Amino acid sequence: MHALANPARFLRIARPATGWLLAVGLALAIAGMAAGLTLTPPDYLQGESVRILYVHVPAAWLGMGGWAGLAAASVSQLVWRHPLAAIAGRAIAPAGATFTAICLMTGSIWGRPTWGTWWEWDGRLTSMLVLLFLYLGYIGLAGAERERGGEGRLAALFGLVGAINLPIIHYSVLWWRTLHQGQSISITGGSTIHGSILWPLPLTVTGFALIFAAVVLMRIRAELAEAKVEARMRRAGAE
Amino acid sequence: MNHWPFILSAYGLTVALTAVLILWAWTTMRRAERRAEQLKRR
Repeated sequence: MHALANPARFLRIARPATGWLLAVGLALAIAGMAAGLTLTPPDYLQGESVRILYVHVPAAWLGMGGWAGLAAASVSQLVWRHPLAAIAGRAIAPAGATFTAICLMTGSIWGRPTWGTWWEWDGRLTSMLVLLFLYLGYIGLAGAERERGGEGRLAALFGLVGAINLPIIHYSVLWWRTLHQGQSISITGGSTIHGSILWPLPLTVTGFALIFAAVVLMRIRAELAEAKVEARMRRAGAE
Repeated sequence: MNHWPFILSAYGLTVALTAVLILWAWTTMRRAERRAEQLKRR
């Protein structure tokens, strides 16, 4: 991690990795979605609408995982002052916000035929909506700090404090027994969904995770290039 | 109730938003890197 904090070394790895991550991610996500739409049986209770889980679950995990990454970048920035940490935080936020929005919208679409409602102020749904607002707040704050030439320490603090929402989202289905079902999928095993329905999920989870990683690398590369341009312009102005 | 319009809406929305995210990240990266490269050559 410390070795990657050097922008030049980071770019040597990021440049070839971006295309590969994007290509493999797209292939896996498309294969998983196609399998989820055509090859799996309907659920005995939910019927055909269970197919929405192949896009809803990866989006939920990436929304939450994105903020965990953003909080880790915030710690790196505040404790070790890594030169790439603030850039990484700003790069993660738009991707995390997009996947959180996808999670909320696909969940709402799934809720209509399954629960009979588009929205309920349930613990899980509300805490995910709070996560989306936290992302939007972070994007605004980090952008404003960057424009003023700040180091982004306020945004890093915001990223760290916002991480308190992650356990709230995770345990919301246990603390508040409302509409959203309890945990039915576990990456450590013990899922309550039958394997014949579950098997395309690892494809979409891995695919969208690789796309997320590619987008983060693209954003970091864009910010590093912009920083280079700004430095040259400043130098040219001083001469 | 026919579930398919809901399923297709969810997939369509996911594909559209992901595509917008990728295209935005790609074009802003290419533009910034091209600009940095042009300045370096001057």
